[in-house]
Amino acid sequence: MVLFAPILDMVDSPEFFIEVIIGGLVAGVMYSLVALGFVLIFKASSVFNFSQGVLALFAALTLVGLMDGTVPILLIDSGFPLPAWAAIIVTGLVMVGLAFLIERIVLRPLVNQDPIILFMSTIGLAFVLEGFGDILWGSEVKALDVGIPTGNFLIGEIQLQVFDMWAAGIAAFMVLVLAVFFQKTRLGRALRAVADDHQAALSVGIPLRNIWIVVWAVAGFVALVAGIMWGSSSGVQFSLSLIALKALPVLILGGFTSVPGAIVGGLIIGVGEKVAEVYWGPMVNGAIENWFAYVLALVFLLFRPQGLFGDKIIERV
Amino acid sequence: MSAQERVFNETLLSVENISLSFGAVKAISDVSFDIKKGEIRAIIGPNGAGKTSMLNCINGFYHPQLGQMVYKGAVRKQMKPHETAANGVARTFQNVALFRGMTTLDNIMTGRNLKINKWKTWLLAAAIFVGPTRDEERVHRAFVEEIIKFLEIEAIRKTPVGRLPYGLQKRVELGRALAAEPELLLLDEPMAGMNLEEKQDMCRFILDVNDEFGTTIALIEHDMGVVMDISDRVVVLDHGSKIADGTPDEVKKNQDVIDAYLGVPH
Ligand SMILES: Nc1ncnc2c1ncn2[C@@H]1O[C@H](COP(=O)(O)OP(=O)(O)OP(=O)(O)O)[C@@H](O)[C@H]1O
Ligand SMILES: [Mg+2]
Repeated sequence: MVLFAPILDMVDSPEFFIEVIIGGLVAGVMYSLVALGFVLIFKASSVFNFSQGVLALFAALTLVGLMDGTVPILLIDSGFPLPAWAAIIVTGLVMVGLAFLIERIVLRPLVNQDPIILFMSTIGLAFVLEGFGDILWGSEVKALDVGIPTGNFLIGEIQLQVFDMWAAGIAAFMVLVLAVFFQKTRLGRALRAVADDHQAALSVGIPLRNIWIVVWAVAGFVALVAGIMWGSSSGVQFSLSLIALKALPVLILGGFTSVPGAIVGGLIIGVGEKVAEVYWGPMVNGAIENWFAYVLALVFLLFRPQGLFGDKIIERV
Repeated sequence: MSAQERVFNETLLSVENISLSFGAVKAISDVSFDIKKGEIRAIIGPNGAGKTSMLNCINGFYHPQLGQMVYKGAVRKQMKPHETAANGVARTFQNVALFRGMTTLDNIMTGRNLKINKWKTWLLAAAIFVGPTRDEERVHRAFVEEIIKFLEIEAIRKTPVGRLPYGLQKRVELGRALAAEPELLLLDEPMAGMNLEEKQDMCRFILDVNDEFGTTIALIEHDMGVVMDISDRVVVLDHGSKIADGTPDEVKKNQDVIDAYLGVPH
């Protein structure tokens, strides 16, 4: 019975409960964003991209470096710090360039290889990018401030963080743009076409290579946004790349091939772990947040391995 | 149709001494034939004769080790499928290859891929879906609606194709190929697995496409009745070699063809 006691707490203080839920949703939107990067690449090329987290770290490092006016490699001050908007644009271009390089150097030579080989190549890519980021921009923890407002405000009895609202708003906008892009545009249709059937996509004139560059570039943009959000709130450092580990349970929940799945999965995990932590945490001395997502994912693997929205997994015999 | 023999002069594609092997398997040996502009050309032959492989060579999925293709009067360099598509070749597949996650409409719209102006819909403009992009979409959407009407599939416009019965899937696949306004349309067994009524519909569509748009069509088909009815000329493959080539009537009487279909060893 003591397990149900927290439910009474929720009813007793609904304002606080709503605050907890909102906190969870904000974290969840971030998870969704990282998971989206995975889904994009997985859909178009069946590659599980282990380097998605490092991509976010790399983007954040580049952004901070440009805003501080650091000379890459030499790590001295160039005296030309870029304003945040310019640095974001340049970093975006860097991510596109990176997509070109990845297609040329990593994916193209491995075309038609087993997914496991491509998966391993992205592990390699993660290490290379991590080291490369260190060499270019140094390895110490950096603060990132692109000018997202901070502070807090009250709606009725509910206290909210301004930064959280911005972060959630930007992430939600990003998700919306991607959804429209996927559903309504030529390129979006081409991406879905490649995800559905390579041969048929080729036959209607969609070149696979360009599509791979596009998905990696889009995944790079998503990583940049995720890098800005996480970097702004907890500093740009190696641990930023570990947010990718949180994306894994999101993917299991939402299905590896589903864009809506990534969004809903992220929100469920964000809210779930916050609620569990706040209300049930004290009973087990806290830290539920660290493992809640994985346990939830395991339960899903047992009962619905294709996830909430994923394609049914049919094994041919 | 074969009764009033149609005459075609201009050669659209000429296949010259093509050989293709997969390791020790010879899929095609030294095959030559031509496809005239505006005709319906059938490719027939027993299972494993190399028919699909031939289509795959024409649209660039396979690259033959020997021989050459002369397309629209010029020797064609080795092309990838998306390049042949850009050069006016569209196709359907023996095992329906639709974009299963999409609706009928989106499948056909995707077939229009090459016709949609790339620059007007490029990345950001496309993502935000502003003015020029939207207009561009509207124009092509209207064209796609014409195809949907032509193929009489208005009722399934918004249905995800994975849920459609096989016969309708084949029809949608034809629609997707037509969306590219191809000069050369390759159909790999467009009537396989259909009932009589569906076959008749499909025959009608193929004849109408050829008639109304002047599209040149090369089709593989196992149903001899259909082949004799709708094709202008027939090329017969067996074990990777060409054994006959001519009008349906000529081919029907050819002893090699009769033997091949009866399985006489050679
Ligand atoms: N990608 C491939 N790899 C290896 N062998 C192949 C490949 N494609 C075709 N073949 C072989 O080439 C030969 C011809 O096959 P193809 O599919 O062209 O025949 P087909 O005439 O279309 O037969 P069907 O009427 O059964 O469709 C067969 O022996 C087939 O096994
Ligand atoms: Mg075949």
